[in-house]
Amino acid sequence: MSSIPHDATMQTVNPPVIYPGVTYASVTDQVSDVVLKRPFGKAWMAGVGITMLLVMMLTGSIGYLLLKGVGVWGINVPVAWGFAIINFVWWIGIGHAGTFISAMLLLMRQDWRTSINRFAEAMTLFAVACAGMFPLLHLGRYKFFYWLMPYPNSMGLWPQFRSALVWDVFAVSTYGLISLLFWYVGLVPDLATMRDRATNPIVWRIYAILALGWRGASRHWQRYHAAYLLLAGIAAPLVVSVHSIVGMDFAQSLVPGWHSTIFPPYFVAGAIFSGFAMVLTLIIPMRKAFKLENLITLRHVNNCCKLMLVTGMIVAYGYAAEIYMSWYSGSVYESYLSYNRFFGNYAVAFWLLITCNVVIPQLLWFQSIRNNLYLVWTLAIVVNVGMWLERYVIIIISLARDFIPSSWGMYYPTVWDITVFAGTIGFFLLLILMFVRVLPAIAMAETRELVHETHGGTVPMQNMEPRRVR
Amino acid sequence: MSAETKAKDQPLFGLAAEFDSPEAIVDAARKVMAAGYSDAEAYTPIAIVELPEILGSKRTYIAPIVGIGALLGAVGGFGMQYFANVIHYPWNIGGRPMNSWPMWIPITFECAILMAGVSGVLSMFALNGLPQPYHPMFRLDSFARASQDRFFLCIESTDPKFDMIETRQLLESLAPMAVMEVPK
Repeated sequence: MSSIPHDATMQTVNPPVIYPGVTYASVTDQVSDVVLKRPFGKAWMAGVGITMLLVMMLTGSIGYLLLKGVGVWGINVPVAWGFAIINFVWWIGIGHAGTFISAMLLLMRQDWRTSINRFAEAMTLFAVACAGMFPLLHLGRYKFFYWLMPYPNSMGLWPQFRSALVWDVFAVSTYGLISLLFWYVGLVPDLATMRDRATNPIVWRIYAILALGWRGASRHWQRYHAAYLLLAGIAAPLVVSVHSIVGMDFAQSLVPGWHSTIFPPYFVAGAIFSGFAMVLTLIIPMRKAFKLENLITLRHVNNCCKLMLVTGMIVAYGYAAEIYMSWYSGSVYESYLSYNRFFGNYAVAFWLLITCNVVIPQLLWFQSIRNNLYLVWTLAIVVNVGMWLERYVIIIISLARDFIPSSWGMYYPTVWDITVFAGTIGFFLLLILMFVRVLPAIAMAETRELVHETHGGTVPMQNMEPRRVR
Repeated sequence: MSAETKAKDQPLFGLAAEFDSPEAIVDAARKVMAAGYSDAEAYTPIAIVELPEILGSKRTYIAPIVGIGALLGAVGGFGMQYFANVIHYPWNIGGRPMNSWPMWIPITFECAILMAGVSGVLSMFALNGLPQPYHPMFRLDSFARASQDRFFLCIESTDPKFDMIETRQLLESLAPMAVMEVPK
C-alpha cells in the first residue's frame, strides 16, 4: 500500500475520483482483502464490544417497554408522539442519502458515486431497520402490528387507506424492500469475486451461495445493467415519495406548525441533508481505518459537503417559510407557534437547531474547510444533532402548545426514551461494523468499470458511451 | 488413466481463450463473429457495453417486464383500496364520496414501485438462468480471475462451425494469454 499517495499531496481544487495507479486487479485486491485477509484489529473489536453493549441495552429497554407498556416513555397527552416518532423520522431521513447516492447520482451519471454507493446503501438498510422499530414499539398494542397491513380478516375490517399513517406503512416497507433488492443486485458480481478469492472452504461456500453462480457472461451483464438502471429509475421517485409521506403524517393534521404544504419538499431536503451528514460521519473514519483513501478521495468528501450545503440551504428556506407563513396566515395559533419556538420553554432546542443546521453549515462554503477532514467530520456530527433537534422542535413544540391553553402540557423524556434511542445508534453502528468485515464495502465491479471508463482518470466522463436499456 | 486423457475423452463444452484487457476481448469477439461463429460467449469482470451486441444478443425484455409489473402494481393497489372502501366496507362519513381516489394515489404509487422493482429483479435473474450453481466454465482453474481482471471468450461446441483444430487456430491467432479446452 506504500504506493498510495497521501491525502496531503492530493489536496488540489478538484481531486480525482480515483487516484492514479488503480487497476482492475488492485481494486479487487484492495477491497476484498479488507474482508478476506485483514486480521481483526483491536479498534474494531472494541467497537463491536461497545456497540454490543448498546444493543443489549436496547433489547433490555424494549423488553421492559413490552412488559410495562408505552407509559415507561415520557409520552402522554398532549405530547403523545415523543422520542419514538422523532427517532423514526430521524433514522428514515438518514437512510435517504444512500438511495440518493445510488439512484439519483447514477441517473445523473455522476462518476464519484461509485466508491461510496455500496456503503451508503448499506447505511440506508440499517437506518431503515432502526427506523422501522419505532412506530411498532410506539403502537402500544404491539401484538396487533399486522392490523396495519391489509389482509382478509374475520372482522371484515380494512386499514384506513385515506390516512397518511397507513401510507407510511406502504412507503416504508416498499422502501426497505426496494433498497434491499437494489443493494443485493449491486452485490451479486462482487459476491462472485469474493467467492473466487475466498480460500476458506466455508467462506467460499457462503459467498458461492449468495453469488447465485454469477459468471459475468456478457448477456447476463446486459440484462443486469438494464435491471439495475431501471431499479435506479424507480428508486429515485420512491425516495422522494417516502419522506414526502412522512412529511404528510404531520401536514395532514390540523396542529399549528404541522398543517403546512411546505412539509413534503422540506422533509425530503432535510432527509438528504442528514443522510449526507451520516455518510460523512461514517466514511471519513472508514477510509482511514481500511486505507481506502485512493478510492474514496477528497473529491467524495468535497461533493458530499457541497450537497450538504445545498440541502441545508433548502432546509433553511423551509424554516424561513414557516416563520413567514406564521405571520402571513394571520392565524393567532400559527403566530403563537413561532413566538413559542423563539421564546418558549423549548427555545433552547430551537436556537440550537438553527445554530446546527443553518449557521454552522455555512462554513462549508470554504474549500479549505471542506478539505479538512477533522472539521468536516465534526460538522457532520453537528448536522446529525441539528436534524434530530429539528424533529424534536417540530413534534414537541407543536404538540405541547396546541389551540386551547387548557390542553397545554410539557414533555420530558424518561431514561427509557434515551436508552432505546442510544440502543438503536449502537445497533446501527454494530451492523455497519459487521458489514465492513463480511461484504465488500466498495462496489468492486463498478469501480473496475470506472477504471475502464476513465483509463485511470485521463478520459473525462462526458466521453463515455452512454448506457442504454435495450 | 491420467487426468489429461480423461479430459480428452469427455465431451467438450467449448474452447476458451483468456485475455487481459477489455479492448482485446472486444477485438477478439468481433473477429470470431466475423469468422462465422454464432455460439460464443464472453465472461468479463466488468460490463462491456459493446460485447452483447457483437455476440448477437438482442433485446433484454427487462424494460417491458418492469412496465407490466408497474402497471399490475398500480391497478392492484388502486383496486384493493377501491374494493375496500367502495364495495366491501363502504362507510359514509358526512356525505363524502366513497371513491375518494386522490387519497389513494400514494398507496397506488408505492404498490406500482414495489411490483416494478420486484419484477425487474426477478425477471433479470430468471432470464439469466440464475441461480445456477454449476457451469462448465467453472471447471477452468484460471476462471476465478474472470470475476477479477481477466476476460474470457468461449466458443461453444454446439456451434455448427466448431472444429477442434480450426477453432483453436482462430483463437490462437487472436493473441490470447492462453487457449483452454472446457470440459462439460
